[in-house]
Amino acid sequence: MTHGTVNAPSYLDAPHGIASWLLTKDHKRIGILYLISVTIFFMIGGLFAAGIRTELLTPEGDFLTADLYNKLFTLHGVVMIFFFLIPSIPATLGNFLIPIQIGAKDLAFPRINLLSWYIYVVGALFTLAAVFAGGVDTGWTFYTPYSSIASNTNVTLAALGVFITGFSSILTGFNFIVTIHRMRAPGMTWFRLPLFIWAHYATSLVMVLGTPVVAITILLVFAERALGFAIFDPRMGGDPVLFQHLFWFYSHPAVYIMILPGMGVISELVAAVSRKQIFGYSFVAYSSLAIAIIGFLVWGHHMFVSSQSIYAGLVFSIITMIVAVPSAVKTFNWTATMYKGSVTWESPTYWVIGFMGLFLIGGLTGLFLGTMGLDVHLHDTYFVVAHFHYIMVGGAIMAFLGGIHFYWPKMTGRLYPETLGKISAILVFTGFNLTFFPQFVLGYLGMPRRYYAYPEEFQILNVLSTSGAGVLGLGYALIVFYLVATLFKERNAPANPWGATGLEWQIQSPPITLNFEVDPIVTEDAYNYAGRAPKHTKAGEV
Amino acid sequence: MSAPNVHSDAHQAHHPKLQHHFHNMAQQLEASILGMWVFLVTEVMFFGGMFMAYLLYRTMYPDAWLAGSNELNEVLGGVNTLVLIVSSLTMALAVRAAQVGARMAQIANLILTIIFGSIFLIVKYFEYAAKFEHHLVPGAHFDPARDPAQQLYFSLYFMLTGIHALHMIVGIVLLFIMLRMAWKHQFNADYFTPMEVTGLYWHFVDIVWIFLFPLLYLIGKHH
Amino acid sequence: MSSFPLFPEAASSIAHEVDLIYFFILAVCSFFAILVSGLVVFFAVKYRRRHPDEVGADIHGSIALELIWSIIPFILSLVMFVWGADLFFRIARPPADSMEVFVVGKQWMWKVQHPEGVREINELHVPVNRNVKITLGSEDVLHDYYIPAFRVKMDAVPGKLTTMWFRATKPGTYQIFCAEYCGTQHSGMIGHVTVLEEHDYEAWLAGGRSTGTAVENGERLFTDLACITCHKTDTSGRGPVLAGVFGSQVRLMDGRTVVADENYLRESIVNPQAKVVLGYQPIMPTFQGTVSEENLMQLIAYIKTLKPAAPVSPAAPSGGQ
Repeated sequence: MTHGTVNAPSYLDAPHGIASWLLTKDHKRIGILYLISVTIFFMIGGLFAAGIRTELLTPEGDFLTADLYNKLFTLHGVVMIFFFLIPSIPATLGNFLIPIQIGAKDLAFPRINLLSWYIYVVGALFTLAAVFAGGVDTGWTFYTPYSSIASNTNVTLAALGVFITGFSSILTGFNFIVTIHRMRAPGMTWFRLPLFIWAHYATSLVMVLGTPVVAITILLVFAERALGFAIFDPRMGGDPVLFQHLFWFYSHPAVYIMILPGMGVISELVAAVSRKQIFGYSFVAYSSLAIAIIGFLVWGHHMFVSSQSIYAGLVFSIITMIVAVPSAVKTFNWTATMYKGSVTWESPTYWVIGFMGLFLIGGLTGLFLGTMGLDVHLHDTYFVVAHFHYIMVGGAIMAFLGGIHFYWPKMTGRLYPETLGKISAILVFTGFNLTFFPQFVLGYLGMPRRYYAYPEEFQILNVLSTSGAGVLGLGYALIVFYLVATLFKERNAPANPWGATGLEWQIQSPPITLNFEVDPIVTEDAYNYAGRAPKHTKAGEV
Repeated sequence: MSAPNVHSDAHQAHHPKLQHHFHNMAQQLEASILGMWVFLVTEVMFFGGMFMAYLLYRTMYPDAWLAGSNELNEVLGGVNTLVLIVSSLTMALAVRAAQVGARMAQIANLILTIIFGSIFLIVKYFEYAAKFEHHLVPGAHFDPARDPAQQLYFSLYFMLTGIHALHMIVGIVLLFIMLRMAWKHQFNADYFTPMEVTGLYWHFVDIVWIFLFPLLYLIGKHH
Repeated sequence: MSSFPLFPEAASSIAHEVDLIYFFILAVCSFFAILVSGLVVFFAVKYRRRHPDEVGADIHGSIALELIWSIIPFILSLVMFVWGADLFFRIARPPADSMEVFVVGKQWMWKVQHPEGVREINELHVPVNRNVKITLGSEDVLHDYYIPAFRVKMDAVPGKLTTMWFRATKPGTYQIFCAEYCGTQHSGMIGHVTVLEEHDYEAWLAGGRSTGTAVENGERLFTDLACITCHKTDTSGRGPVLAGVFGSQVRLMDGRTVVADENYLRESIVNPQAKVVLGYQPIMPTFQGTVSEENLMQLIAYIKTLKPAAPVSPAAPSGGQ
């Protein structure tokens, strides 16, 4: 069953015109608006990364000035974290899928959804203004007193940009929470929800509880810098470490904002490519909540050598070990799902396998850093850089790309070229490892972060890393190319190209504006593959 | 897994204020109320960051905090506290009036709430003016004879009360919007959502002040 | 074409312990990474779909497995935690017999003072097999003193003093990096620590141009800045007697009791109103901006040498007018 058999037009076709897109209240169109925006910022952030990696080909600082380099790594971080990673899955796939997956016509507050996109755009414009005005060089972490007193770059402008964008995040999270509580279709109980929903619910809790704290922290830096107030200035008795506590109180949970949605996507993909119920569904669901909540209690593991008390460090270290457990539980459950599954080798599987390998390494290397005695050596070295890129890029971006591929037919009504989907996964996986694995070695050797010149003996590993970045960039460019190319072709996607479960696969590709012609009533659990035709099952061939 | 679309109450489906993605007015109201509570939680976290800074520095510099607090006029602060509490009463009465469709009561109580909120802001203005005069604004013009840690106190004083005042202004704007809607007979037992959530917001802003007043004005003042 | 190392030298007493815990965690993590990714690929191959409408087995979960794969990783991570915490305690606490060196970070250099008076910029000379405690300060923004070969680092935080220690075990020259981003020349704020045999170190010290020992400089500052005017050797001064103050318990006007450690002494000089001693008036002027971080370290070194001549009564009368 494909398109053309229903009376209602798809959400892409009606209403027409750019105004209808810019003033839309349709969650699917807003998801597409976000997709375009985050892609643009991903490319900008990638450009900054290219600058960084080019400079690091040689030990001397010979390609850029020190100041320009410092601005590049700052803006790379700011753009990638606030304008790409944090909105990436929630504001694109989350916006698109959450109402559909729960059987609703839209989110609870469609106008606030659109407002969140405009706030994102305004925040982005402020940040771009900071870039064009000469940039910022504080690092995305804005540590005081450098940011509030010493730096002579456009800190205020960039800080305001991030402050504003934070509200986009808050509004998205708040919308998701109310939607998931109040808009589920009849029969859609909490434990029948797809795990994508659980993941986004947990993410939304973090968005809503954490983001306001970084907002006020940024405002305090702004007050010190622009209004002459005294908050962190040690000359007035202020404590620079207070900034770190306030900053990391949000920024650690923020990393869970960046990975939890990816985990939600992977749950969907693993179930679909294995055609099997997710092993330990409720454990996976609860683990999302556990990560969100416990994730608020570990921020001091960024501060073991900051002059934080040893006893506080002990508490943060042990809770860091605890928060690792739910992530491990998820990984084991996904693996067990594939056991006796019916596993396809279509392109989504490549993205799943890529994610698993890279997320494993990224997550496990967190243990090195959470171990206090070892963190002394590793803190602020390339080991940390490698660790978080393995999770943010290897994990979150692979999950994002896997999700974009998987849901591309649903969102656009087009199938993408399968072979290219596999090639790009392989390119990204290979390029990524080549870029970031050498950085673990560099980190243990002692190469600090944010260095634009380094001792000669670090050069070979840096050259390896930069060449990997080239391959990685090629992989990303390939994806943009062939996905955009499909938009010039006919709509050829069936409602359910993967044979997956879920309300989103029961409706046409692309969906009509109101999602469902008839409001659904849910009678079965998620991932009920076993409830299908009894022929050709793994458990006892019939 | 499909069934005919069911409306719980036939005439509710055509209520002019029912947004298309909700099934009925009850769902819409519940969603809005939950939404406002979630938003208020974000506000708690927002102010919370400043409260944490306050807590740390008060522990580190108790004398500076005492000296700073002594510069504040607790009578004016007390008056403002009373004014806000009464305004919460009139707000609650306005919401109640909306729920029963009593238009004049809605309008009167909304106007009273706006008046009380404005009194608060006017008093605040005078307090701030006094700070300027006495060189208590942190920065280049701060009284150099004072312990520098007092700049920390006053920075937090202005941030906390300033951001609170901004929230009050937003609240008053919301109240004017409610006034306009009430004037146009828009609230009754079937639809009073905007009043309900505005009321929640106003009570929250009041509660923040209930914390700010003793923490800022009453340090060391026990009689 | 220079060789490129893949593993840093281990040149301190703690380095091998750090490497040991690193290899332990590496082994555990490699095991799980290989196991899980291996299984994923293995299952994807073994259970690959053979018919287009085939579905997987109807398996929902297993509480036993959930418990096993929660508890075992948790126990392993607890081992890491305990081992790491114990190691951290030993990294963080300098032994009592440590020789002291004062280091001040400033954009973008490291200023080192040996107590004997020799100063260095960006370089640090230390004797082998001696415990060295570094007291760190910052003139401006956050910095971090990092010696990879020793596996130690510590932030230099403006507004306070921090400490770190090490015992170098192998003569040689090793990298020092600033490891907390501090602006334009952050990557230029580097140097070397040269570990010398004891007699070579003594020779180096003696040959260095000395500008006075830290204590001598502190004493000179104490006089030049007129501290002696209020902090007399008897209780007749407007300020508390400083003999024996370091390490003692001090009662404050607001009721608190604090230990007079280095940070207390430092704060008393730059922000005297913060902790006024019981029985005294808050009249000490601030020296913020007048004394550098290095001067502060010298003053503290001097004050630490002040021992009481005879037992003094603990309660001071209210300061003389």
